[in-house]
Amino acid sequence: MSKICLSNSFPLTVQFGGGAELLFNNTKKHDVILPQKENPWTLRLLIAWLKENLLTEKPELFVQGESVRPGILVLVNDQDWELIGELDYELKENDNVLFISTLHGG
Amino acid sequence: MPIQCNNIGCKKSAILKRPKTSDKICKECFFQSFETEIHDTIVKNNLFHPGEKVAIAASGGKDSTVLAYILKLLNDRYNYNLNLFLLSVDEGITGYRDDSLETVKKNRDDYDIPLKILSYEELYGWSMDNIVKQVGRKNNCTFCGVFRRQALDRGAAILEADCLVTGHNADDIAETILMNILRGDISRLSRCTSIITMGENSIPRCKPLKYAYEKEIVMYAYFKKLHYFSTECIYSPEAYRGYVRSFLKNLEKIRPSAIIDIIYSGENISIRDDIVLPNRGICKKCGFISSQNICKACMLLEGLNRGLPKLGISKRHKRCKFWLEQCKHILICPQGSKMTSLGRTQHMIQIKESLFNSFL
Repeated sequence: MSKICLSNSFPLTVQFGGGAELLFNNTKKHDVILPQKENPWTLRLLIAWLKENLLTEKPELFVQGESVRPGILVLVNDQDWELIGELDYELKENDNVLFISTLHGG
Repeated sequence: MPIQCNNIGCKKSAILKRPKTSDKICKECFFQSFETEIHDTIVKNNLFHPGEKVAIAASGGKDSTVLAYILKLLNDRYNYNLNLFLLSVDEGITGYRDDSLETVKKNRDDYDIPLKILSYEELYGWSMDNIVKQVGRKNNCTFCGVFRRQALDRGAAILEADCLVTGHNADDIAETILMNILRGDISRLSRCTSIITMGENSIPRCKPLKYAYEKEIVMYAYFKKLHYFSTECIYSPEAYRGYVRSFLKNLEKIRPSAIIDIIYSGENISIRDDIVLPNRGICKKCGFISSQNICKACMLLEGLNRGLPKLGISKRHKRCKFWLEQCKHILICPQGSKMTSLGRTQHMIQIKESLFNSFL
């Protein structure tokens, strides 16, 4: 996938695992480019953006309120989001955000 | 802004907030604590004895993959001297097990543990796909669940294992406790928290991951790069359990210790002496534990083989009604309309009784 790097864009890697990829076109890794905005991109805003732009199936299995459904783990650059402020975390360019579902059969 | 690991003397940056303790710890300390806690659970509860042959119930999912990996690791690290092997059940659901069995085979190769796969076809003469063809999609999960429960025990017995371990984690146990409370199933409630369950003539089953949070199991698999398979069974929505599951996850979000607290409550509930619990005997047909004369699996199997798939699912009075209808059917064909109504009734009662006796 070719990445267009414009000065007013915000590149990010979003990954899905543990079955969450099934809701995103069955693709585990997405290189996304968010539109540049005045306010910083937070995980809260990213989740809303993913729901509108990348999610292909059953939003209720991914989103609950403004957050992800409990049982979906979120890691930013391999760090548990519970350590970095969860929804309020301000994303940096080229961050790697990973969503792992624990809700699928074990 | 890296956060430092809470462990004294460790200066690495934390990668995980532990749900059980709220500790913020680094990757190495997490591996160490997670493994040691499971080792402690095994030792404290006397789960294994040296020289035992241990069957690991393997589905290819996250829990059994982590369980197989950890048991192998602890067996080597602490010299348990166990003879481990993987045991998988193939329900015969097209597309569901095909891929997960591939994962189990990969576990076999990666962890160097022998693998035995037993199919429903081999064990019962029916694959789930064929059962669904026969019974439709309404009650098929009953069949699958009942057959699976026995399949592992039967498999472990065939392979002469001393013990069967399953990957049930803390979230699963808490979920089962809640389910049993919601169903009023006091008998199951009183035994679902045991780390080792045992019945007459059966191999002990144990759950080394009983106190391990699902979050940590998934994180462990992720950071150890363990390969597991995750998909939903194509036949199962399991609505009721689904609600309980999301309820529990919502609770965990607000108060992460909720899961371990529910287990603690479940373990310490005592059942009043005057509560009569059903006797657990053995099935007259197959010899497995059963609260009835004939176990549920044999009952369901009988129904399948006789082309009466509702047998064993509906309540007893409904079943009687169902048999009566079957009797009518038998009567109309050979006897035709020549029988008097009294004769027909008597004949029906006879058939009903013989059918009844063959099941009870």
